[in-house]
Amino acid sequence: MALNDDDKAVIAAVQAGLPLVERPYAAIAEELGMTEDQLILTLSRLVDQGQIKRFGVVVRHHELGYRANAMVVWDVPDEQVAAAAAAMVETQLVSLCYRRPRRPGWPYNLFCMLHGRSREETLGKLATLRLQPELAELSCEVLFSTRRFKQRGARYHEKGEEA
Amino acid sequence: MTELERRLLNDFQRGFPLTPRPYAELARCLEVSEVEVIEALARLQAEGAISRVGPVFAPNRVGASTLAALSVPPERLEDVAALVSAYPEVNHNYEREHSHNLWFVVTAESRDRLAAVLAEIEARTGLAVLDLPLEEQFHIDLGFDLRWH
Repeated sequence: MALNDDDKAVIAAVQAGLPLVERPYAAIAEELGMTEDQLILTLSRLVDQGQIKRFGVVVRHHELGYRANAMVVWDVPDEQVAAAAAAMVETQLVSLCYRRPRRPGWPYNLFCMLHGRSREETLGKLATLRLQPELAELSCEVLFSTRRFKQRGARYHEKGEEA
Repeated sequence: MTELERRLLNDFQRGFPLTPRPYAELARCLEVSEVEVIEALARLQAEGAISRVGPVFAPNRVGASTLAALSVPPERLEDVAALVSAYPEVNHNYEREHSHNLWFVVTAESRDRLAAVLAEIEARTGLAVLDLPLEEQFHIDLGFDLRWH
């Protein structure tokens, strides 16, 4: 579903978050020169169409005590990727699960994220994942994050930019 | 952390009301006043527990994005990380324990711009970028279950 110019303007205006005022949509709509109704309808449509995958409170794991965050990368035979991913998601332990391409020197094609308050907790979740028969035999690597240089929401259509 | 703060963090990560007075709706749900909700969210935001109340976009449904990595000699890591973070198109940038030790997400309004940013990072750092675009998403992002006990 292609985005029209109004959609892009709305995305630019809301991507950094709603203002904490009684009528946040009215405040943003006024900046955009549209009505509160039009803004709300546009956002509802972007949610329904799936361009916005969720709308709500976006928490920061690290500040909430989840400091042992690991990306786990798996080398999965291509025909087993869907089954392996389903097994991961089924455990409800992973927060993201994506297939990505292999590259020379990079054999891993399935990625998931694990979060814990300590390394032990996160590695415990990995051990639980590995109990799944679809995952037990696969080779994987655990990449703990050690420093966060930058974290914020994605910015797509900056204000005032020709998209 | 108060019970109100816990519920604000955990219960409204998706399905936030798209209605004229959304904080008043949260307040009704939580049996507190609208002002209390707004003040608690402002406090959580100031403390860094919340990055925002707003949208999370689906990768590649709005613009183009990729996950990229570099193998950076340890003595250059801070400089290269700063160079990468300076791009407005980079929204996450982490050091990870691996020979590929710098991992970042690049999002841009178009595939051309995305490719240009990656090429520029390669040229400026002299390091090869591992470009790992998303091919398939298996997890429906429902937010993060904080599971306090």
